[in-house]
Amino acid sequence: MSELSVEDRERFEKLVLPHIDAAFNLARWLLRGRSDAEDVAQDALLRACRFFGGFNGGDARAWLLQIVRNTCYTWLEKNRPMELSTEFDEELHRQTSTTPETLAIIADDHKRLTLALETLPPRFREVLVLRELEGCSYKEIATITSIPIGTVMSSLSRARRQLYSALTNSSQGACP
Amino acid sequence: MRCDFSDSLLQEYFDDELTANAAEEFERHLRHCACCATELVDLDLLRDRLHLAQLYEPATASLRWRINGRFHPIRPKTPASKPLLWHWIAAATALLIIAVVLAKLGPLLQVDDYQAELAAEIVDSHMHSLQPGSTMGVASNDERMVTSWFEAKLKFAVPVRDFANEGFALKGGRLDVIEGRSVAVLAYERDGHPINVFVWRTREPETSARTGSRQGFQWVDWRKGKMEFCVVSDTKVADLEQLHELIDSST
Repeated sequence: MSELSVEDRERFEKLVLPHIDAAFNLARWLLRGRSDAEDVAQDALLRACRFFGGFNGGDARAWLLQIVRNTCYTWLEKNRPMELSTEFDEELHRQTSTTPETLAIIADDHKRLTLALETLPPRFREVLVLRELEGCSYKEIATITSIPIGTVMSSLSRARRQLYSALTNSSQGACP
Repeated sequence: MRCDFSDSLLQEYFDDELTANAAEEFERHLRHCACCATELVDLDLLRDRLHLAQLYEPATASLRWRINGRFHPIRPKTPASKPLLWHWIAAATALLIIAVVLAKLGPLLQVDDYQAELAAEIVDSHMHSLQPGSTMGVASNDERMVTSWFEAKLKFAVPVRDFANEGFALKGGRLDVIEGRSVAVLAYERDGHPINVFVWRTREPETSARTGSRQGFQWVDWRKGKMEFCVVSDTKVADLEQLHELIDSST
């Protein structure tokens, strides 16, 4: 951190550090665990500080979350590459034990939703977490995830449908 | 069958991403499309459920601790001027004074740091216990039942007392890990305010009660008879001090 000037450091503390909750929350849901999320969020924050010079003064939260997301994916690739593979995307959420039946047995809604959300493929999970928990706009999500806005929209739609059917046994939007 | 709009316009409408004109146009469509109307209700139910479950997880106390440690204090702003002899003498004198003060206060400062870190972890754990989904290891107001539940799990005896007559109703107990060691947590309730009492074994000398607050929660901490106690809640400090006295006189 010695590379930063005192002014930059103060600016970093004022603009970026307040988003530490957002950073942790995203890491926690992408990595599905608090302890890994602490390590990776810390790593991301220190990286953000080191490269703060490259921040052009836009939306500091989106900028930080972009770094958190990339750090999470790099960590996943290294430590749990299976989770990022296509097989995981397309198959795992169907193969795991979290069928609607098992979810229904878990009485508590917090636990049930946590499990259902964690079972979604990471690409769906992240758009849902950014939209519903972090309150990001489509444009912000597109910036953070580096995917086009149209894809953000369709991922969000599919993520919601999957979550809904994991929770209810039925598919969402079945027309009368 | 799904409506053609359900992936795009419907999502945008639901997420407030449409311009006013486009939203109005979509509302006209909505009046005739039962499919979109039903799906909108489903989306709304799902969002409510996600919000009610309070899934957002703010940074843990230990992450805050780790990050804050890296950033404070900020280095002085003014660039160093050319050092003069008297600067060196002043600096050396200052260092000497600091060294002496630190030698005297060092242990005290460490205690403060330790206390702050401990309080952060305990308040964090207390907040977690308030979230929906956190479970009690044993939910009972029966002193003997809670005592025996702890007996099977911990290497030390946990003093379990129900102070319902004094207004502190025992709710049960659970285990937690604070600073890497197993601690017993006794759950009480006072006028609807949950109170957690953290109890663990310590080798440190006994202390009288110290109080503090953090993120809107108050805590009272003391050590007695090889045990450390920390009471934490969002209720009045006076209540916590009363509970401290009750526990203190029963141990």
